[in-house]
Amino acid sequence: MLAKRIIPCLDVRDGKVVKGVNFEGIKEVGDPVELACEYNLQGADELVFYDITASHEGRRAMLDVVENTAKKVFIPLAVGGGIKTIDDIRDTLRAGADKVSVNSQAVKNPDLIREGADIFGSQCIVVGIDAKKVADGKWTVYINGGRIDMGLDLIDWAKKAADLGAGEICLNSIDTDGVRGGFDIPMLNAVCNSVNIPVIASGGCGKIEHFYEAFEKTDCSAALAASLFHFKELTCGEVKEYLSKRGVPVRTVSHKLGPRLF
Amino acid sequence: MIAIIDYGAGNIFSVKNALDFLGVESVLTKDKCEIEAADAVILPGVGAFPWAMGELNKSGLVATVKHEAERKPFLGICLGMQLIFEKGYEFSECEGLGLIPGYVDKIDSPDLIIPHMGWNRLEVNNKDCPLLDGLTGEDYVYFVHSYKAFTDNKYIASYVEYGSEVPALVHDGKFVYGAQFHPEKSGKIGLKILQNFANL
Repeated sequence: MLAKRIIPCLDVRDGKVVKGVNFEGIKEVGDPVELACEYNLQGADELVFYDITASHEGRRAMLDVVENTAKKVFIPLAVGGGIKTIDDIRDTLRAGADKVSVNSQAVKNPDLIREGADIFGSQCIVVGIDAKKVADGKWTVYINGGRIDMGLDLIDWAKKAADLGAGEICLNSIDTDGVRGGFDIPMLNAVCNSVNIPVIASGGCGKIEHFYEAFEKTDCSAALAASLFHFKELTCGEVKEYLSKRGVPVRTVSHKLGPRLF
Repeated sequence: MIAIIDYGAGNIFSVKNALDFLGVESVLTKDKCEIEAADAVILPGVGAFPWAMGELNKSGLVATVKHEAERKPFLGICLGMQLIFEKGYEFSECEGLGLIPGYVDKIDSPDLIIPHMGWNRLEVNNKDCPLLDGLTGEDYVYFVHSYKAFTDNKYIASYVEYGSEVPALVHDGKFVYGAQFHPEKSGKIGLKILQNFANL
């Protein structure tokens, strides 16, 4: 049986993992390669590096992070943030990423999804979507980190992204993001019920029960969280043990093979 | 020395990274002599069946691959595993390498999310397959694919459940192995399987 995936997300700026703290700004919380190794040992099923840098130097640093991680961590790596062109996708995959996540640029230029999928395969094109509720059962898509409302209907966009060749959708709810009150269940259900590709739940996870709620109440394939893991409130292993006890299929990491391989 | 065939398909560096990590010597190559000189061959691959066969044909490697697979350990990964079979039906009918009898077609079920993407648990069908040596019984490996192999049960060393039984690891009983999953992306279990292959 296919396991539900737990995915830690690392925000990276200039080659360091950062985290926003109480609106006071951004704090460096560690070295991304080290954190990636730690999450891997905890049993993370996949890792997302999210590049919050706008600069050219930052981008280069990000590719170095991916390259160094790919030499030590043998689980799928995805990279998002600021990916605008086919060349950006190529550079990122060449550095060792297995997937790229495209968001704002895909809304502005949907052909990026089709071209990326044609050249590199659907399996490596994740379409990230930020959306916000406008009425019951209706959401619109935002770009530029949730700052600009495109007036585009979420369900229309999710279907279009899938038709263009997206391999997965990472769905982030602006309403629940940062609130830590749980994933946006109605929004997730609306998207899961309208596309036939995997959907990753993102935004709002504040405690262990929220992972269970997402898998219990929706057909999402994976759940993503950042601060819970960064601040060591939970480990991926604890989340999986909790889910497993409640009958959610998760990948357990056996220690029977011994430590030699890691 | 393991030759990883470089015919322009997918993220071949991850296979190399995993072998480097294990301390197994390997080379990315499309050179016929290097492939002939290697102790074992890995055929990686991400992409579409007809495209990949086209690239292999263009590189003039089809005859070499078929010949080498009869005399030393050969592992196809993901699309590389699918190419092992006689025919593929992705977009159109296409001739494969024909190393193991069988064909490749769509995972066909309206209720399933496609691609089959993520970690699934190996169910052992032939415990004598040397690539399964030393596994734990709770072995999750990472899959990404929309097509699957249809072949005789005797070639299926291990399968996973996804709507139906999906062949995960195939073996012809001699030198040819195929992994539908990505051992290079399957954590410890995947590294163990690659190590088993290198030990053949």
